[in-house]
Amino acid sequence: MSLFSDPRWSEALTHLPDYLGNHVRVSVAALALGLAVSLPLAIAARNQPVLRGVLLGLASVVQTVPGLALLALFYPLLLALASLSLAWFGFGFSAFGFLPAVLALALYSMLPVLRNTITGLKGVDAAILEAAQGVGMTPRQSLFTVELPLALPVIMAGIRTAAVWVIGTATLSTPIGQTSLGNYIFAGLQTQNWVFVLFGCLAAAILALAVDQLLALIETGIRNRSRVRIALGGAGIAALVAATLVPALARAPSSYIVGAKTFAEQYVLSALLAQRLQAAGLTATTREGLGSNVIFDALVTNDIDVYVDYSGTLWANQFHHTDIKPRAELLGELKAILAQQKVTLLGELGFENAYALVMPRRRAEALGIRSIADLASHAGLLSIAGDYEFFSRPEWAGLQRAYGLKFRAQRQMQPDFMYAAVASGEVDVIAGYTSDGLIAKYDLAVLDDPRHAIPPYDAIVLLSPKRAGDQALRDALAPLLGRIDIADMREANLRAAGGDGASSPSAVARWLWEKIGKR
Amino acid sequence: MNAAPPLIAFAHVSKSFDGGRGAKPVLAVDDVSLDVAGGEFLAIVGGSGSGKTTLLRLANRLIDADSGDIRVEGEDVRAVDPVALRRRIGYVFQSGGLFPHISVAGNIGITPKLLGLPAAEISSRVDELLDLVRLDRAQYRGRFPHELSGGQRQRVGVARALAARPKIVLMDEPFGALDPLTRDALGDDFRDLHRKLGLTTVMITHDMTEAILLADRIAVMRAGRLVAQGTPAELSKSGDAYVGELLRTPRRQAERLQVLLPRDGAA
Repeated sequence: MSLFSDPRWSEALTHLPDYLGNHVRVSVAALALGLAVSLPLAIAARNQPVLRGVLLGLASVVQTVPGLALLALFYPLLLALASLSLAWFGFGFSAFGFLPAVLALALYSMLPVLRNTITGLKGVDAAILEAAQGVGMTPRQSLFTVELPLALPVIMAGIRTAAVWVIGTATLSTPIGQTSLGNYIFAGLQTQNWVFVLFGCLAAAILALAVDQLLALIETGIRNRSRVRIALGGAGIAALVAATLVPALARAPSSYIVGAKTFAEQYVLSALLAQRLQAAGLTATTREGLGSNVIFDALVTNDIDVYVDYSGTLWANQFHHTDIKPRAELLGELKAILAQQKVTLLGELGFENAYALVMPRRRAEALGIRSIADLASHAGLLSIAGDYEFFSRPEWAGLQRAYGLKFRAQRQMQPDFMYAAVASGEVDVIAGYTSDGLIAKYDLAVLDDPRHAIPPYDAIVLLSPKRAGDQALRDALAPLLGRIDIADMREANLRAAGGDGASSPSAVARWLWEKIGKR
Repeated sequence: MNAAPPLIAFAHVSKSFDGGRGAKPVLAVDDVSLDVAGGEFLAIVGGSGSGKTTLLRLANRLIDADSGDIRVEGEDVRAVDPVALRRRIGYVFQSGGLFPHISVAGNIGITPKLLGLPAAEISSRVDELLDLVRLDRAQYRGRFPHELSGGQRQRVGVARALAARPKIVLMDEPFGALDPLTRDALGDDFRDLHRKLGLTTVMITHDMTEAILLADRIAVMRAGRLVAQGTPAELSKSGDAYVGELLRTPRRQAERLQVLLPRDGAA
């Protein structure tokens, strides 16, 4: 089978209009906003060394913040602003997706524009400035008829740099709910779909190159006073924007949005939910790769309609409870807390995706380790790996407290690589997920938790406040409740990590429905 | 001296510049008093750092004086809007000062455009000025400064200075960077324009020969001070050593040329 006959290429292609369109829209909006702010600031600061230093310093600091963190920071910030505006002025706005992405990316675009505009303006020959004054120009006339036109090539170079940065960084706006070419990359990384990862990277690179070349055309047009080049470049960019707007306008507005966090199981479950809604004659799309800090708030604010979360995650992370309760009690209390936020707990899917300490079966047997209590006495010689959030989660603190765990070393890893790492002995223990199919694949043992330090993690379906009374939605999802057991989910997850054409989330979701729908 | 009031009058004018970090302020113009009569062609001669360019810039408020009075057409320049003042005074910059991104026609028409004249009027004025500075209309209108020779650039610079029909033209070493032939031709052409248009011209030069050949009167500056002023004949009677030194070069050149280039049949 040749590389390009893989069916995942054509699947990737079907998402292109949506992902590319959103990517271009968010990039263009961010760049436009960035320019609208940076250009006047640079002009104001050009002759004021203090202001200039402060501006360039701030812009440089922003640049040192990793793009992902900058984007993630804007979400809670806007959420707070939105609730303030709702309280004070009686209207709120969506802090989800487009707005935080545009603001963060605009901020990101400022440094090259500021720096090049200031450099370009300062580079104008002093004799020319004096001539402008001498022929009777006001400072404003001098700026617009002489200084800016002469600085334009340098300014354009800055705009080109900013455009490339923004287009590249926009791929990171997926976790805060803005669809972008990053959807390919995040989904691909989580489901080990390297075709998607490659496709996303290539698409973003080609887009960045295309925009850069169009801006270069405008730049040389300005330099050579060629109206044709300027017009061609401008028309190219206008055409790009128009082309991405057409499918967005033509597309029927989706009535239901199914959210998914950033791991494979969530991609499969969101695809399953969306397929059930479509089967019931409802229109539905998925919004994937949302950060776990973003997704619940997005549901509360009706930015998404439905998603699957885990009881223990909400209990400990969202509502900051440190006590651990038996399953039924925890679910009951959670339902009440959720109701206060007008979120409906529709029901459990039937399996748990709990954190669990996992190690190779043979190693565990050799050391005589069956439970976490057994592990505690060996921990000082062993190393542990967890996903990016595990070690900052309350469960980890709880585990350490309950068993007195002290490992020789702890590492953070991409969840998909953790299992292979523990199987190969690169780390000794991992904080894995009970529903992960790789546990069986690598012959790993899940250690018991006799002191119940880890809360239950039942997979539960949540509905947004807006959809609380939506009977059609409830009916469509009802056949899923209580139907998915841990073995099914493990197998589904293993299939999703298969790395071939049958492992796309929607294909796995269809397989899962085939399996449980007949029961 | 003329009975009519002077068109430009400097009275006890001083200007010093910040000498940079830690350095003492530099007194660029030191208590200078100088009158320029209407219709006069005055050359200001001096070495670099003598304050001659500073004095010229004070006249159209490209810089402001620290002390003393400057009057243009009887008005105190401090009481006039500097932008309006500059629009009614022509200024020819060293090596042109043309805007590199604007065509010859655009450069020449800039001040009328700033004054809000209609485009058609500006266009015909540009043609008129190109004729005046002896540049072919059709050939040069659309060119850009980098497509011109040094002499052509300076002709455009003169045309631009004259575009808004000023009474006063200030010139900052206008012909300094040109080859001798071009320089001579341009100097003669400008002298004719000065007479024909009834201009009052103040020209800065470091070249005494040029000053003698073009100007009615010459002011000599040294280290910020005005050391002498008068017609060439008056200057040659001056007892000032520096003035004598400045006059020695043209004199010697004239004598040498007289010997080397005898004219047949000359008396």
